[in-house]
Amino acid sequence: MYVAAKGGERAIENAHRLLADARRGDRSIPELSLAQIEQQLTLAVDRVMNEGSLYDRELAALAIKQARGDLIEAIFLLRAFRTTLPRFGASEPIDTSVMAVRRRISAAFKDLPGGQVLGPTFDYTHRLLEPDLNASGDAVPASADASLEAMPRVTDLLARDDLIEQSPTAGPDEQVGDLTQDPLNFPADRDLRLQNLARGDEGFLLALGYSTQRGYGRNHPFAGEIRLGEVGVEFAPEEIGFAVPLGRIAVTECQMINQFRGSPSQPPRFTRGYGLGFGHCERKAMSMALVDRALRARELDEEIKAPAQDEEFVLSHSDNIQATGFVEHLKLPHHVDFQAELGLIRRLRTEFDQTASKHPLQEAAE
Amino acid sequence: MNAPAYNFAYLDEQTKRMIRRAILKAVAIPGYQVPFASREMPMPYGWGTGGVQVTASVLGPNDVLKVIDQGADDTTNAVSIRKFFQKTAGVRTTTDTREATVIQTRHRIPETPLAEHQILVFQVPIPEPLRFLEPRETETRRMHALAEYGLMHVKLYEDIAHHGQIATTYAYPVKVDGRYVMDPSPTPKFDNPKMDDCPALQLFGAGREKRIYAIPPYTQVVSLDFEDHPFERYRRDDTCALCGSTDSFLDEIVTDDSGGRMFVCSDTAYCEGRRGSDMPAAPAPGEGKS
Amino acid sequence: MSEDERPLLIAEALKKAFGRQIACRDISFSLHEGEVMAVVGESGSGKSTLLRLLSMQTKPDAGCVRYRMRDGVTRDLAALGEAELRFLARTDWGFVHQDPALGLRMAVSAGANVGERLMAVGWRHYGKIRQAATDWLERVEIEAARIDDRPDIYSGGMRQRLQIARNLVTQPRLVLMDEPTSGLDVSVQARLLDLLRKLVAALKLSAVIVTHDLAVARLLSHRIMVMKAGEVIETGLTDQVLDDPHEPYTQLLVASILQP
Repeated sequence: MYVAAKGGERAIENAHRLLADARRGDRSIPELSLAQIEQQLTLAVDRVMNEGSLYDRELAALAIKQARGDLIEAIFLLRAFRTTLPRFGASEPIDTSVMAVRRRISAAFKDLPGGQVLGPTFDYTHRLLEPDLNASGDAVPASADASLEAMPRVTDLLARDDLIEQSPTAGPDEQVGDLTQDPLNFPADRDLRLQNLARGDEGFLLALGYSTQRGYGRNHPFAGEIRLGEVGVEFAPEEIGFAVPLGRIAVTECQMINQFRGSPSQPPRFTRGYGLGFGHCERKAMSMALVDRALRARELDEEIKAPAQDEEFVLSHSDNIQATGFVEHLKLPHHVDFQAELGLIRRLRTEFDQTASKHPLQEAAE
Repeated sequence: MNAPAYNFAYLDEQTKRMIRRAILKAVAIPGYQVPFASREMPMPYGWGTGGVQVTASVLGPNDVLKVIDQGADDTTNAVSIRKFFQKTAGVRTTTDTREATVIQTRHRIPETPLAEHQILVFQVPIPEPLRFLEPRETETRRMHALAEYGLMHVKLYEDIAHHGQIATTYAYPVKVDGRYVMDPSPTPKFDNPKMDDCPALQLFGAGREKRIYAIPPYTQVVSLDFEDHPFERYRRDDTCALCGSTDSFLDEIVTDDSGGRMFVCSDTAYCEGRRGSDMPAAPAPGEGKS
Repeated sequence: MSEDERPLLIAEALKKAFGRQIACRDISFSLHEGEVMAVVGESGSGKSTLLRLLSMQTKPDAGCVRYRMRDGVTRDLAALGEAELRFLARTDWGFVHQDPALGLRMAVSAGANVGERLMAVGWRHYGKIRQAATDWLERVEIEAARIDDRPDIYSGGMRQRLQIARNLVTQPRLVLMDEPTSGLDVSVQARLLDLLRKLVAALKLSAVIVTHDLAVARLLSHRIMVMKAGEVIETGLTDQVLDDPHEPYTQLLVASILQP
């Protein structure tokens, strides 16, 4: 005889204990430390900081450990933590032209002031698995000093000849929009679009950027510059009236140079796409720049045909925390709604069967 | 390490104020979706963050909280949300509908009629009733502003043309206070009439979509229909196998794999109330499985 | 319906430019009830832009469009609020697109397409809506049995006729048509033109029909306006202008029709 089962609370507690056990795994194997994750899985930490919208390497490493390596779960942890933090305000814009550069390449020019600095990159490695990495050996130490040579940004070089569009300067009273404070409305200005893309899912942006290259909203991109390094963050509290340094963060910046346009009254200039992220995240920064440029179709008067140009589509679906929440919510009980549907389908079937039995030789509807 | 410290009911006061302003706007314009800056919460989007934010903003230390999902207090997500508020607000919780001052619900309205001092908070996945007919937010906003709801009736017309009846069984659209068309959340249409002229305050929170809307007490709520195809409050014609109720919404329980079926009240508190005291749960095989 | 002698639609010195390209330069005319005017010209003449200006889909750079509402008051359309304009567009006006897919909801049935405007103005009886839709399908010579089909399985000619039904169901007084028969087979065109002629006469519609096809103009319109590069070259009664064109450009247009 069926008894109304109670036990949801116990079930959840048991599930949490199973999870903690699975997270630790085989006890005879050394436990991961946060320092190990932060140092040796750096790029995972960088991604979690980016999409978690929070620059804290230690917390990102903790999130990765707590999430058992599921990076979206880790991003979720960081975002939920971020919500609880008090806000002081907005920093001064960071100046990437004075970055302590560790890596800087340009596909647009063979050589340029400051040169092509490869830095630590996978780019030219041969993707052959190296079993030696399993043995705890000592990697040969190597380091390069941050370049002291002047490294003007490629976009600034082109701007000197007025060959590339200038970024608009903000008016004195213009506030930067904040996605985390105000709901997103369409059409959205570029500042909010870039924020959305910066914290957007790397895979989603990668696919969209890829689609533009394959003809879905092609904009003829050249990688004008990609640079990685440390920049200072400054904040100007109202009480003091001038900016004070808060510290340094690592960022990756990508400037795409895209097809030029002009008009009868304006000389032709290259257009731009922009990508920026915490830590070392070239794939993300480049994809972001491609999608940024595609989304500018409206303000550049281009025909909007492709998914990457569709602002509402891109910005509504880029957030992987929203996406995973809603996709995975299908696991929640839906039996009441399903019951309602069962009721309807049973009624419709009864009607169908009744009609069929009355006209057994009825031809199928055209 | 930066260690977190949490405010009463998790949200900081600034955020609660922002949400309450949105709630006030929503109450002032019944059925209208007010955009709000939904916060990242410790549970996933789609799992009740909108409802949780609304509840967190209206909850006070003397409130008594009930949380249900699919009508039951004991479903996993209801348990999880109730524990969240126990942990972050320390409020008293209950399964008794009459005792509660704030009830957060997913997909059902309690069978027990509500009273004036109570607040019912609905968890909403997709707040926009026109969303599946018109995916663009810019266009649906305009339709609401201009009260252009022809498209809604087109959908109902299509249902009748193809199925002989209106095929919407849950999240059945309603017109509130004669003005805005609203999605009541995925409650079965059986529950629609409960919203009409209800003494309690009904609040709707959609966290992922960032919208709050409300039905103030004693507001007219009418389900959309045609004159010759009036709204039907569908209920399976059966009795609850546990308490004998003939007018509550029933859950279908599959008892064996040869078509065995049993129907019990979806509202477990209501069902228990009808049966008298709590029946001691016999240890069922696989105890601890929900 | 009492005949009002005043014009129904007045265009005054309409001007529209896109960058340095002038699409409409100083266009003026008046249209009366029951009058059909054809606007002819080659592509690039500005005739489609003119139609968009008349229906307020595009705002003019100069000039105005005035319309006599059902209450008898003639109003400047630019002064109407968005709600009023959209209401007019759904009830008093029709707009027939060259591509019927633009003027239909392809994902809902023919019946819903025709019934939508009725539902938008408050019809709430399914049976009556369906009956009205059936009647109109028959009037545009679509089999009533196809009422539940979606227009994405209709032929081009059927879609166009459905679009016309969808526009006429609220008995508009003014219909704007943009190349209503282009893109259809010649025999299908003939049938559609015949249908349009009958409906316009039966409903005493006023219409502005943009077309590059002089035969369409001759068959449907009382008056004709010839446009070239944004300007009106010649205007007058259709038969007179086509039989005895005064302007060289009009003569060229007329001469280039293949004689049957």
